[in-house]
Amino acid sequence: MSNIPEDLRYSEEHEWIRPASNHVTIGVTDHAQEQLGDVVFVELPEVGDEITRGAEFGAIESTKAYSELFAPVTGEVTEVNDSLIDAPEMLNKDPYGDGWMIRIAPAEESDIDDLMDAEAYREHIENEK
Amino acid sequence: MSRKPASAENGDHLEEAWRPRPDEPAGTTGLLLEEPLIFERSRTGRSGASLPPAGVPEADASTEIPEEYLRGEWQPEDGIPEVSEPEVVRHVTRLSQMNYGVDTGMFPLGSCTMKYNPRVNEATARLPGFTTAHPYLPEERIQGPLALMWNLEQALAEIGGFAAVTLQPAAGAHGELAGVLMMRAYHESVGEQRTKVLVPSSAHGTNPATSAVAGYRVVEIPSGPEGYVLPETVADAMDEEVAGIMITNPNTLGIFERHIAEIAKVVHDRGGLVYCDGANANAILGKVRPGETGVDVMHYNLHKTFSTPHGGGGPGSGPVGVSKKLVPFLPSPVVARSEGRYRLDYDRPRSIGRLKAFYGNFGILVRAYTYIREMGAEGLRRACEGAVLNAVYLREKLRRQENGGWHLPFETDSLHEAVFTDEALKDTGCTTMDVAKRLIDLGFHPPTVYFPLVVSGALMIEPTESETRESIDAFVKAMRRIAHEAQGSPETVRQAPSVSIRRRLNEALAARNPILKWTPDMDEQLASGIQRGK
Repeated sequence: MSNIPEDLRYSEEHEWIRPASNHVTIGVTDHAQEQLGDVVFVELPEVGDEITRGAEFGAIESTKAYSELFAPVTGEVTEVNDSLIDAPEMLNKDPYGDGWMIRIAPAEESDIDDLMDAEAYREHIENEK
Repeated sequence: MSRKPASAENGDHLEEAWRPRPDEPAGTTGLLLEEPLIFERSRTGRSGASLPPAGVPEADASTEIPEEYLRGEWQPEDGIPEVSEPEVVRHVTRLSQMNYGVDTGMFPLGSCTMKYNPRVNEATARLPGFTTAHPYLPEERIQGPLALMWNLEQALAEIGGFAAVTLQPAAGAHGELAGVLMMRAYHESVGEQRTKVLVPSSAHGTNPATSAVAGYRVVEIPSGPEGYVLPETVADAMDEEVAGIMITNPNTLGIFERHIAEIAKVVHDRGGLVYCDGANANAILGKVRPGETGVDVMHYNLHKTFSTPHGGGGPGSGPVGVSKKLVPFLPSPVVARSEGRYRLDYDRPRSIGRLKAFYGNFGILVRAYTYIREMGAEGLRRACEGAVLNAVYLREKLRRQENGGWHLPFETDSLHEAVFTDEALKDTGCTTMDVAKRLIDLGFHPPTVYFPLVVSGALMIEPTESETRESIDAFVKAMRRIAHEAQGSPETVRQAPSVSIRRRLNEALAARNPILKWTPDMDEQLASGIQRGK
């Protein structure tokens, strides 16, 4: 069973969201990186870009497939983990740490309330099988 | 970097990727001939050619050519390798012996239809009337080639139930683009600007790409629970903004889209058009005429369905058939016939224009036409039946649960290919990729893997009609053996291939740190790349 930290929120598209006081950090879950296999390329938005909940904001390419990333919340991108460009493997090695993707300032706090907790995400993975 | 084949104990396959140095004799193990890059064979001053003395005075390049265009001092990496003639011949011969193709053995690459390319196709393609024809010759001098094109267009139109066919597109995806551009031209001709194209999740991966390149927004629609698209799903997504649907039939699960006529009606009723990806036409040849199921436009892959060379073996060809209302928009020129003479018709004011230099990949057209005439209507029908029978036989034999069986994602009857899941590998630590690599050890080209995306760890197997029952049985036996190995000795599967000339390649490292050009210090680059990769 993959690692699902209790203190994070989760989207149906297998992203984790770590809320802080004025921003949220977004990455992909351990389960997602297991399914993707070796990540070879990560395409991310730029600081200042607006991303919209449910819309595409980037993509991950692995040796298996090219997968689009869908935004779990709406807001402005405040920080991007540029080190993933040179070291996309961080996404496999440390999905909840150095493999984080972007930080955004959410426009709607309620977006976060709609996300799953660890328990609900665990169930979501089970149901997908 | 270690050059000897290291033990597999540390599981690091990179260390095992060894090549002989040019100063080592080319290694042989049984009949596996090792071969370095041609650049590594190079020795300064060695030559494979002896040229006569120049008949004109030699000139100094530095006085004849502006300095900014001169390369400067010659470097081995930007020169031509200096080798003798036998070295060149051995080099390319050995590379050709390392190659594995349908002429060597079973090549069950699902979705790609790697059927055998009959040698008679090569004989006709080499007829001097074809090989010496130049596209700039006047029409009266190329009546033969034009007649062949006209006849091939007629044959493909008859096979698919279309009003006309263009032979211009150079590949399947090129044909898709031609088709979608004709859809766009049609809508514009009736004063409409539509913005979306519907693409089922079981369509070929190129379909959404084509729609996007043609300027449309792609709306993905899910397949139904049985693996085919339901008309109500299409109806829900259909509106006046939709230019059309791109549907692959049979789809990438090998399943026939049984509601195609109903789906076409739903799309037509709202003013849309139906594009059928005909890459899998080999499964319905002589059985279903897509034009009669409501399809407005479809491409064929001559290099799949009509036995012409494929991939590295030759250029592709993606002719497109259209219904009557799309005929005015066909790429220009088209071959026309009047009073028994053939000509190229450029007077096509509503055409989407030219898509390729000259008239398509002509040599491929000769091969496909040969195949069609060799087979005849009944022969094509039997080829289709053979392809489906082989795939269904393989599917039923491989799925038997009591003895290393593989799992199907859908129970629905399938046609020319069978898709399996990775369920049989559950809790073994082995993946679909490991199975593909292990098949190499057992003497088979791996099938398509991880596609279609709607199936977990997909293995997509297409034997084609070229295989005998014996070769399919041998493949099934290999797959069962791998299923057992995954349970009993998973390391054997995870370490595969172990008997090929190259062990497991590190695809992730190759993608993350590609080295695209040989340089004398490549070994150091590789070593540092490996460190970065870790």
